[in-house]
Amino acid sequence: MRLNSLYSELQWLPRAPEDFAARLKAAIGSSETDVGRALQRLANYALDLNRLSKLASAIDKAKSGGRSLQPLQPFRLAVLSNSTIDMIVPAMVATAARHGIALEVIQPSYDQVAQEALAPDSRVNSSQPDAVLFALDYRALPLKLSPGDAEAASATVEGGIAYLQTLRDNIKSNTHALCVFQNFVPPAEALFGSLDRAVKGTLRSLIGEINRRLADFVTESGDVLLDVNALAETVGLAEWHDTQLWNLAKFPFAVEFIPLYADHVARTLAAVRGKSRKVLILDLDNTIWGGIIGDDGLEGIQIAQGDPVGEAHLSLQRFALELRQRGVVLAVSSKNDEGIAREPFQKHPEMLLKLDHIAVFQANWEDKATNIRAIAEELSLGLDAMVLVDDNPAERGLVRELLPQVAVPELPDDPSWYARTLAAAGYFEAVTIAQEDLKRAGYYQDNARRASLRSSAGGVEAYLASLEMTITFQPFDATGRSRIVQLINKSNQYNLTTRRYTEPQVIAAETDPEVFTLQVRLADTFGDSGMISAIICRLSQPGEWEIDTWLMSCRVLGRRVEHMVLREILEHARANGIRRLTGTYLPTERNALVKDHYAKLGFVKTGEDDSGASRWELRVEDAWPAAAPMKVVSHGFARPKETLSV
Amino acid sequence: MDEGQIYDRLAKIFHEVFEDDSVGLTPELTAKDVDGWDSLTHIRLILTVEKAFKIRFSTSEVGKLENVGDLVALVKART
Repeated sequence: MRLNSLYSELQWLPRAPEDFAARLKAAIGSSETDVGRALQRLANYALDLNRLSKLASAIDKAKSGGRSLQPLQPFRLAVLSNSTIDMIVPAMVATAARHGIALEVIQPSYDQVAQEALAPDSRVNSSQPDAVLFALDYRALPLKLSPGDAEAASATVEGGIAYLQTLRDNIKSNTHALCVFQNFVPPAEALFGSLDRAVKGTLRSLIGEINRRLADFVTESGDVLLDVNALAETVGLAEWHDTQLWNLAKFPFAVEFIPLYADHVARTLAAVRGKSRKVLILDLDNTIWGGIIGDDGLEGIQIAQGDPVGEAHLSLQRFALELRQRGVVLAVSSKNDEGIAREPFQKHPEMLLKLDHIAVFQANWEDKATNIRAIAEELSLGLDAMVLVDDNPAERGLVRELLPQVAVPELPDDPSWYARTLAAAGYFEAVTIAQEDLKRAGYYQDNARRASLRSSAGGVEAYLASLEMTITFQPFDATGRSRIVQLINKSNQYNLTTRRYTEPQVIAAETDPEVFTLQVRLADTFGDSGMISAIICRLSQPGEWEIDTWLMSCRVLGRRVEHMVLREILEHARANGIRRLTGTYLPTERNALVKDHYAKLGFVKTGEDDSGASRWELRVEDAWPAAAPMKVVSHGFARPKETLSV
Repeated sequence: MDEGQIYDRLAKIFHEVFEDDSVGLTPELTAKDVDGWDSLTHIRLILTVEKAFKIRFSTSEVGKLENVGDLVALVKART
C-alpha cells in the first residue's frame, strides 16, 4: 500500500462508478432545478484528471447555456501563476462543485503575473474577481543563493516578500478581491545536504524563511494562506516535483496531484464562503472503539493503551476531541440500546471522549438517516454542516443515498488510518480563528440545558427573565470583524437576504458614512453566546435606510433578540433623521424560518414577486416595539448609553 | 505487444484525449492533421499513453516525436 495514495486518489471519497460518463450525460439532461445538485453529486466521487475535465466542460456548458446551477454558489477566481495551469483550471472548476461552488476561473496568459497585478485595466483587475489566487512557484521569486551570507539572505527574503506585497497592494487597489497566497515548495535537491536547513542563503532555508514571513503577512493583512508546502511535504517532495514535466511544459507539480491540489483550493474557497462543516457525528462500535459494546461488554471492547487496535481507535477519539476544542460540535449516532451505548463513556477509564463532549447522543435502532436528521434539528444546523464517520459501508451508503448533503468519508479497513483519512478530507477547513469558534461546542451544550429549563420554568416571559440576559450593541469594528465575516458567510437560516461579503467588503462598510452597522452580542446566566447577530443598513435615499443584511445565529432563537435589535436600529435611525426603514426577504432553500420576520416586527409588505421575494417597510415614527426582559448595553456609537429595560 | 494491439489501444486514447471518435490512426498522422492537437494536448496525450502502457518516455523522446508511427515504435520498444 502506498501511503500517499490516500491523498493522490482522494480515498475519502467513494470510487467513481464505471458509467460515470453516462451519468454525467443524464445529469446534464436533468431538469432546470436539479442540474446543479446532480453535478454536485457526481463531483463527490473520487475523480481522476480525465473525469474532472469532463465534469468541468459539462459545468461550463451548462453555465454558458444560461442554466442555473443552484444550489451551487457562484464564485469568480482569478489565478495568477508563473507556470502552466491549463490542466489545473478544469480540475478546480469540477472540484469546486464538490464543495458547493459554481466556479468561474479568470486565467490570464501564461506567466503574466506582474503585468496582470500592476495594470489597472488588466484582465484580472477588470474582471472584478471575488478572490485572486497567487499560484506562484518558487521559480517565480527573485531568489539569489548566498550560502553562509546571512545579510545577503535576509535581503533576498525581503525582496521576495516585497515582491508579493507589491502584487497584493496593486490587486487590492484595483479590485475588492480577497487575496489567497499559496506558499512555496522547496525542490527535493539539496546543495550541502542536511546543512541546507541550517545555513542561511541556501534555497531550502530561503524558501523556509519566505514561507514563515508569508504566513505572518497573511495573518496580519486578513488575506488567506493556501499551504501548498504542507501538501507537498505530506505526499513527499520527490513525488511532488516532476522536473521532466517542468522542463517539457512548465507544469508546477506532478499531474498525479492535480485532483488533490484542486480539492485544497476548493475547500479553501468553500471555507471563505462559510461552507465548512460544523458537526462531527461519530458511530460507536468499531469506529471509536474496537468491538461491539452490546456483544463484547465493557471489558471486551478494545480501547486501551498498549492494545494496537485500541490505540488506533483512541487516535480517532483524540482527533475528535481536538476538533471539539477548536469549535467542531460532536454528536453520536449508533445502533445500540442507549444505556449500553453510554456505559463506556461513563465507566471505561481509557475512553478519552466523555458524555460532556457530546452535544447530541442518538443511540437507538432507528436508521441513521433519521437519526442524523434529528441531530441536525436539535442543533438547528443544516444537513450540509454534518460529517458522519462510520466503519460500516452499508450505513455510509444509506446516508449518502438518503442525505446527500451529509459528508460521509470512506474509511479503510484498518482503524489505524481512520483519523488520518478524516483529517485528509478537510471537512473543517477554516480560514480564520474567531474567539467564538473556540467556545462554540460549549454553546450547543448550554442550549440543551436552556431547553430543559424552558420546559420547567412556566411561561416564556418568565423563562426569558430568568435567563438574566445582557444584549450588547456596537457598530462593526476591527475586533469583531473576523466573526462578522464568518456570520455573514455562514448564516443560512436566520438570514433575510443571504448576501455574502468578504472581509474587504466588511471593512468598506465599517468606514462608509452612508452605512449603519450593528454587531450584537448576548450573554445570559448560562454563559456568553458571543456575537449572535449582524446588521447592515444603507442609506438608499434621503431619510431612508435599506436593511441590506439582517442575520442572527439560530442559537438564540426565541429570545426576542430581533425585537431588541429593531429597537436599537430605530433609536439610531431617529438620531440620524431617518424616517423609513425598508427591508427585503430573499427566499433560499434554507431561510423559510424568516419568511415572516418583518411581518412579526410590524413592517408592512409593499411587494412580492414570483420567486417569493418580498419587500417591507416601516415608518420610524410609528414604530415602538415592546422590549424583551434584558439589559441593554450600547457603545462605540456617537452617543454611548447603558439602560435597563424591563 | 504487437503493433496492431498498440494501434488499437492508442486509437482509444486518441478518441478520449481529442474527444473525437473519428480520428483514424496511421503511421504518418501528425499534429497538423488533428484538430486541437496543440502543445498542451500533446503533453496530455503523452501522459495518458504513459499511464495506459505503464511506461515513461525520456524528455528527448517526447521532443523528437514526429508522428504516430514514432509513438508506436517507442511504445513497442518499451513494452
